[in-house]
Amino acid sequence: MASVVTNDMSIVIGGDAGQGVESSGAGFCLSFARAGLHVFGMQDYHSRIRGGHNFYQIRLSEKPRLSHSNPVHLLIALTPETVRLHLDQLAEGAAVVLPERFEIDPAPLEKRGVRVDTLPLIRMAEEHGNRVMANTAALGAAAGITEFPLQFMESVIRDNFAAKGQQTVDTNLKVAEAAYGLARDRYGAEFRYKLRPVDGAPRRMLMNGNQALAMGALAGGCRFVSAYPMTPATSIFEWLSGLPREYGVVTKHAEDEIAAADMAIGASFAGARGMTATSGGGFCLMVEALGLAAMTEVPMVIVLAQRGGPSNGLPTRTEQSDLLFAINASHGESPRIVTAPGTVEECFEAGWRAFNLAEKYQCPVVVMTDSFLASTLRTLDMDAIDFSSVSIDRGSTLTPQELGGLTNGYKRFEFTETGVSPRALPGQHPAAVYSAVSDEHDEEGHFLEEIEGRRRMMQKRMRKLREAEREMRPPKRYGPPEAETTLVCWGSSFGPCKEAADEINDAGGSANVLQFGDLWPLPEEVTAAALSECRRTVTVEQNYTSQLAKLLRMTTGIKVDGTLNKYDGRPFAPEEIVAGLGKEVVSGYAA
Amino acid sequence: MVTRLDPKLFDATTDITWCAGCGDFAILKALKLALADLGIEPYQALVVSGIGCGSKLPDYMNVNAYLTNHGRPLPIATAAKLANPDLHVIVTNGDGDSYGIGGNHFVQSCRRNPNLTHIVENNQIYGLTKGQYSPTSDKGFVTTTSPDGAIELAFNPLSVALGAGATFISRAFAGEPKHMAGLIAQGIQHQGYALIDVLQPCVTFNRTNTYDWYRKRVYHLEDEDYDPSDRKAAWEKAHEWEERIPLGVLYRVEGATAYEDQVKALEGGSPVSRLDDLVKDPRPQQYERLKERFT
Repeated sequence: MASVVTNDMSIVIGGDAGQGVESSGAGFCLSFARAGLHVFGMQDYHSRIRGGHNFYQIRLSEKPRLSHSNPVHLLIALTPETVRLHLDQLAEGAAVVLPERFEIDPAPLEKRGVRVDTLPLIRMAEEHGNRVMANTAALGAAAGITEFPLQFMESVIRDNFAAKGQQTVDTNLKVAEAAYGLARDRYGAEFRYKLRPVDGAPRRMLMNGNQALAMGALAGGCRFVSAYPMTPATSIFEWLSGLPREYGVVTKHAEDEIAAADMAIGASFAGARGMTATSGGGFCLMVEALGLAAMTEVPMVIVLAQRGGPSNGLPTRTEQSDLLFAINASHGESPRIVTAPGTVEECFEAGWRAFNLAEKYQCPVVVMTDSFLASTLRTLDMDAIDFSSVSIDRGSTLTPQELGGLTNGYKRFEFTETGVSPRALPGQHPAAVYSAVSDEHDEEGHFLEEIEGRRRMMQKRMRKLREAEREMRPPKRYGPPEAETTLVCWGSSFGPCKEAADEINDAGGSANVLQFGDLWPLPEEVTAAALSECRRTVTVEQNYTSQLAKLLRMTTGIKVDGTLNKYDGRPFAPEEIVAGLGKEVVSGYAA
Repeated sequence: MVTRLDPKLFDATTDITWCAGCGDFAILKALKLALADLGIEPYQALVVSGIGCGSKLPDYMNVNAYLTNHGRPLPIATAAKLANPDLHVIVTNGDGDSYGIGGNHFVQSCRRNPNLTHIVENNQIYGLTKGQYSPTSDKGFVTTTSPDGAIELAFNPLSVALGAGATFISRAFAGEPKHMAGLIAQGIQHQGYALIDVLQPCVTFNRTNTYDWYRKRVYHLEDEDYDPSDRKAAWEKAHEWEERIPLGVLYRVEGATAYEDQVKALEGGSPVSRLDDLVKDPRPQQYERLKERFT
């Protein structure tokens, strides 16, 4: 056997929808996280409740990893189809764990140097519990051949099945133990990839982008969330709805996304921090609400977790194709802010910062994620979610005391140098009774159509965009400053880009990453400066039309040297980026 | 004991752009009277509207006013009430806004029962766009978009509200502002969604359903031996139209519980009051234990 590789491997669990691939995958991830390993766990599933191939791809390492990676070293196949679908991903020396009774053709596997470890998983499940526990048996077997101590899986089984009663816990434990022992004894010695607890590793959390974003919003004072269920944004709404009532988060499942966005506006108008979360199709319905919030200068936060489009598109799959839409959606011209966190940690910060930006500039803020970032699990150090770092800045919102001190009357839409007018909340003080009108209006908020008044009010609103631009952050650079190639990205593509740059640099090449988090208003000068410092720029985007490249060119006049695009709904793997750079890359539309 | 206020408190200095004789004037007057009678001060009320002639109403009085998008005042008002239940939230919009483009929000509000008073300025026509037939136009009604007469049946807001579970359903007439003010006041006091559908003649574009047309037909339910808790009777009254048209409370559920009074997260404070508290003390320690869920 070739030399042993410890704590550096990828595992895939695959099966039909309804076979519990997602819960098994997430539970398996947690057992590794508890053992001190760094975990990156990506799920891939179809838009249906039963049937269709689902899988969970788990990358394990002693270093933090920001993306999945190929090849795969261990495939747990709950259906024969899984073997066929993942064949090309398997490394030489990889193993396939299969239940008995599957008929597969071993020849292609053997040709790749992949071992097939057939185990009586179904029989063991039936013997110690029942047939549905074949998953548990499969995971136990996977732990067995990697010789990963069973205690970590056992702790997860105890926690995850506790609600189903002690008997369910006990039978699952027995099934896992039996499969573990058999797999380790029969195949362990011949399998070179091993997983061990990491001595002295700190306790870590296992979290996805939606959860981090929801926690950020909570910490930022968001106590009103209205939404309509839409993959992949739904779990933000679910997580906040499931909080203990003492947190006081009022959530409203609205009749549609128009109502969801309008409710966020209504709550914000009354003085709360209101939010809605959706995906592209729902965002389409929210477009008129964006205009209303901008025109009446009501802060609002929309989380836009993108998925494959257009129309119903690829409901469960990832894409970054709404960037230019999010920046421009709505008729007329109005200020708004668009940000895109790139990692789970950044989702937490984006969650609370959005409310400060919204209240400071009294305009809509769109926080863009995507399916990949929203639903992929990653290990985080406990202090990566730092509640003491959160600040709540309500901008020029007036307190009742300040309202009481007004001597000259109150003008809700007063002309100011920054364009931001002092904001009174309705119901708080007799001195501040005002109209907010979605038609053009004067400083007091009343209807206006007169030429000079319109010009001045338009300029006042748009000045806020200029002010906000000063606060927008320049792109972040990762890697050596003077690299031969700069991977230019936004949002979740940062993860695979970072891993690709590491891979290139480790192999003696030269690459770095320029990651855009604040996308609108795009800070023009610092963006131009950052791009000018690069030797060769290639945008890496999960879309067809290179939307970031277009935005950069539109804002700075700088054309990137190449574009890498992917629009098949599957996230970039670092290997794909490395391979893509080797080919001729074209600028503009992808081929 | 409620201290009555002077309705003039609600007078605004804004120019009113309605046509002379428009039924909306009566609704404006009735709303001011109702608020004054209940002792609600201008700053304690929020009047939310959509788009249309009638939706300009909130800007024509001294009150917190939010004139929003076409068809959308109900969800906006619902959320404002949830965010700050101390506000008295009133919605005023037209028949196109309420029953056409906002129809789904109307149905959902009936079954949701938020503590809102919904005054619909029902003139059976699109006035601001200069005379197209509306959801409540009678079948056969001729307009620029129904040159051969409207083919659809008229939308019946009262029976739809009844079917959708509304707990307070009433009808007023713009020719009787004081009677209307009484209904609005009852609606404000009702615990839940209160519909006041107002027969409001459009003197410019609807030459059929005029003040005279209505005066010949309207009568008061309170003058008859009528029990507004009787759902079957309400169903029948909701369908009276051609010969006699009932005004007053068609249906009322005594002891209804408003939506926001059933929201557990509101028990310890509102989203607005909690945010005030968080500004003073962001309470990072309270959140720390949430992290344990992920370990």
